[in-house]
Amino acid sequence: MATAAQDVPTLLASPHPRLRRRWTRNVSLLLGATLLGTLVFCALAAPLLSPYDPIAQDLGNRLASPSPSHLLGTDHLGRDVFTRLLYAARIDLQVGFLGIITPFVVGTVLGAIAGYYGGLLDTAITGLTSLVMAFPYYVLIISLVFVFGRGTQGIYVAVALVVWVSYARIVRGEVATARQQDYVLAARAAGFSDLRILGRHILPNAITQAVVYAMSDIVVIIVGIVTLSYLGLGVPPPTPDWGTMIDDGQAFITTHPHLSTIPGLVVVLTGLALSLLGDGLAEQLKPE
Amino acid sequence: MTRLGDTEPLDVRQGEGRLVPTSVSGKQGWTLEVEELHVEIAAPRGIVRAVDGASFRVRPGESLGLVGESGCGKSTTLRAILGLLPRLAHVRGGRVLFDGEDLLRVGPKRMREIRGRAIGMIFQDPMTALNPVVAVGEQIAEGPRVRLRMSAGDARKRAVELMSELGIPDAARRSRAYPHELSGGMRQRVMIAIALASRPRLLLCDEPTTALDVTVQDQILRLLRTVRDDLSASVVYVTHDLAVVAQICDRVAVMYAGQVIEDAPVRALFREPRHPYSRGLLESVPDFEQERERLSTIPGSPPDLVVLPSGCRFHPRCGYRQADCDDGLFPLLTVGPDRSSACRYHHLLANATPPLKGDA
Amino acid sequence: MRELRYLVRRLLQMVPVVFGLTLLVFLLIHLVPGDPARTMLGPRPPQAVVDALRQEWGLDRPLVEQFLLFVTRLLQGDLGVSLASGVPAGDLISDRVPPTLALVLVGTVFTLLISVPLATLAAVNLNRWPDHVIRAVPLLGLGMPSFWVAIILILALALTTGWFPAGGYGSNLPEQFHALVLPGLTIAIALTPITIRSLRAALLEVLDADYIATARSKGLTEGRVLFFHAVRNAIIPTITVLGVNIGWLIGNTLIVEKIFAIPGIGALMVDAILERDFPIVQALALIFGVLVVLVNVLADVTRSLLDPRLKLT
Repeated sequence: MATAAQDVPTLLASPHPRLRRRWTRNVSLLLGATLLGTLVFCALAAPLLSPYDPIAQDLGNRLASPSPSHLLGTDHLGRDVFTRLLYAARIDLQVGFLGIITPFVVGTVLGAIAGYYGGLLDTAITGLTSLVMAFPYYVLIISLVFVFGRGTQGIYVAVALVVWVSYARIVRGEVATARQQDYVLAARAAGFSDLRILGRHILPNAITQAVVYAMSDIVVIIVGIVTLSYLGLGVPPPTPDWGTMIDDGQAFITTHPHLSTIPGLVVVLTGLALSLLGDGLAEQLKPE
Repeated sequence: MTRLGDTEPLDVRQGEGRLVPTSVSGKQGWTLEVEELHVEIAAPRGIVRAVDGASFRVRPGESLGLVGESGCGKSTTLRAILGLLPRLAHVRGGRVLFDGEDLLRVGPKRMREIRGRAIGMIFQDPMTALNPVVAVGEQIAEGPRVRLRMSAGDARKRAVELMSELGIPDAARRSRAYPHELSGGMRQRVMIAIALASRPRLLLCDEPTTALDVTVQDQILRLLRTVRDDLSASVVYVTHDLAVVAQICDRVAVMYAGQVIEDAPVRALFREPRHPYSRGLLESVPDFEQERERLSTIPGSPPDLVVLPSGCRFHPRCGYRQADCDDGLFPLLTVGPDRSSACRYHHLLANATPPLKGDA
Repeated sequence: MRELRYLVRRLLQMVPVVFGLTLLVFLLIHLVPGDPARTMLGPRPPQAVVDALRQEWGLDRPLVEQFLLFVTRLLQGDLGVSLASGVPAGDLISDRVPPTLALVLVGTVFTLLISVPLATLAAVNLNRWPDHVIRAVPLLGLGMPSFWVAIILILALALTTGWFPAGGYGSNLPEQFHALVLPGLTIAIALTPITIRSLRAALLEVLDADYIATARSKGLTEGRVLFFHAVRNAIIPTITVLGVNIGWLIGNTLIVEKIFAIPGIGALMVDAILERDFPIVQALALIFGVLVVLVNVLADVTRSLLDPRLKLT
């Protein structure tokens, strides 16, 4: 046994993703990270970046044009547009990032179990994923929104119920392949617990694909909440949200197009940042 | 466009698809002349010199075997002739004269005229070389229909005729089948039909029997021989299998590391190879007529085409190596009537090898 | 013939899914903690109305009974009655289905018209500037909310220039098509990122294949090689991707119809949600679900028609 334990460390040199490899030349990664970082910073530092209160109305100064004191002008209730944009980022980004957590975790765990243990558990979990996938996603969201009414719960629940399947499938595939590799067999032979093998050795690799996929899912969630808010079914006013801002500005589209256009552009920018980041990560974490 | 000598217009504009014998044109009556062809492939490791100064010539009606181990550049050479190199490969020099016309320098329109009309090509793996979603009859008819302006009905009839001639039973029904519904042998016959559909004068074959069963290989080889005779076409036949060369070729050009290192009539080469590599190849072919202790193989392995040995490419593995073999250029030298070799010391090989295979 | 039998079989496979859908749609209202009647009617309805609803829907009876009641009604073609207008759901819905179908069709056609040339251009010019520009499309497109795209299109092509109507449907075919251009374009813009990405990837694989070399060796023009041989093959996996995403597209019609005031079932759904008209929401949820499943079956059948290697079993 002593000899086996000595051999194991070398055998256990599992291929970890190359996180530090030439990341300085990865354009997508750098661009995406910078862009996203800027957006997150703006959201977090909103109070520092703007003196205004996003919901304070100033009916005497409605629909003002952009000026040094109001960088993007004011909306139909006199509120500073730039400030609202920043605070909206807080809510919308939060929904995106928080919303992905539950499905990601649930999907990864179920996928790992299915891929590692195989057999009946695998069949059951795969069957469940097929069932959920066959279900029209949009119907579920809309119905849940109906049930929960306004607010962000609808989208959190809908996403948690439906989105996890992609992660389950990805992780299951990766884990099932990794399981056959030499280093895993060595670890099992050495008597390491399944949990340890999964946690320390298999998952770090298997999870990279899931993380890349999560980037685009976050965009989808953000677009989702923005859309719901636009329809009046999402973030309730007066809390600023990019979707509600577009809705508010729609009535003035010919005279003040920027009121509706700019919030949308910010959403596109967020999507761009996350997509670039996802592409960059995929490139970076590709096995050599 | 460079045209040398008197080039008569080819029969591409006849519109009838029948072979009209052309007079021998171009320099000295060669159908195909490859001169100092250079092809480079861009790889992550560096530039791969896949073909590095290959030269050979083919006469009308003659079939030349282009032989070598995998990676020696024979397939690449063939593809370069018709301009069908993969995306990352580029021709870096040389000339390919077809009836005196340099195919490397003709415009795309002229090239399309020549392809499928004057020159036909048979690819190695018929499963991947046939479009999986189009019926085989349609694929055969496509060339004549588009290039020869045949009507759809005529082209289809011709396709079925060809399939029959090539030994595909129940050709009319089979012409509506898809590639995956046919056996390997039949698929290869379809490939041959495609290449022959416009009655080419030069046939380029890229290991057409390698992907097939041994029994089918034999059938296809015999078929190719018949075809060649009927058409009076010239053939360049790429293969790594010397036995095949013996069956179907008049001449052999041996390639090594991107160059042609020997060029001779088949029997002459088999009887008395004049290059150590050729000899090594011949000796590694199992022959039941000879009593031999064991198969000899050539020691070492083919060179890395990114970092090539200096001087003669083969010298690191050569049993006849001399002091100056690692230095200088090794062009093809005339070593006999109608044969050449790149080895400076070819005379050391004269009379050294007894005949391997009686009369081919 | 083979194709017909395959179609029938796929339709039959739909049945369990539709059943699951029905069950889910039925359970919708019961998933929420609290009184289903109150959930349906919103905050503070008069007690009489609540009682009437309870009676009508049999909400006091056991769940299984309620479900059976629901299914029997469905099979009789009774989709419920609108709470807002009192009109039977079936009547309300049937008129509004054709515009939605027309919209989906126009959207899909536009998607193909835009994606195929762009993806081909990108694949043929791999890693050169057209490719890089075109690859930016999926990056940008993913984050573009369709309603925002709609607003921009309306601003640019309707309000400022007057080329297209800003909304409405028109009363005859030419007018209707004219009215569907901007909405169709909006949908196409939503779908093209995905289709371009998928088609470009498929084309890159196909272009390396041997049969492309064979096609060239026949002396065919590059154009014919590209479209008749390459795209013909590459479009097959793309159809699957398209099919999967059409489900999402169908959901997208909700927003597009609302903004462009197209009288389809999407706009109806949005209104029903805002008015809390539960029977309509339920009926439409079922219909949308069935539509999505149908489209997937259609995509499958189309794919097997295009690809002779797929057995029609």
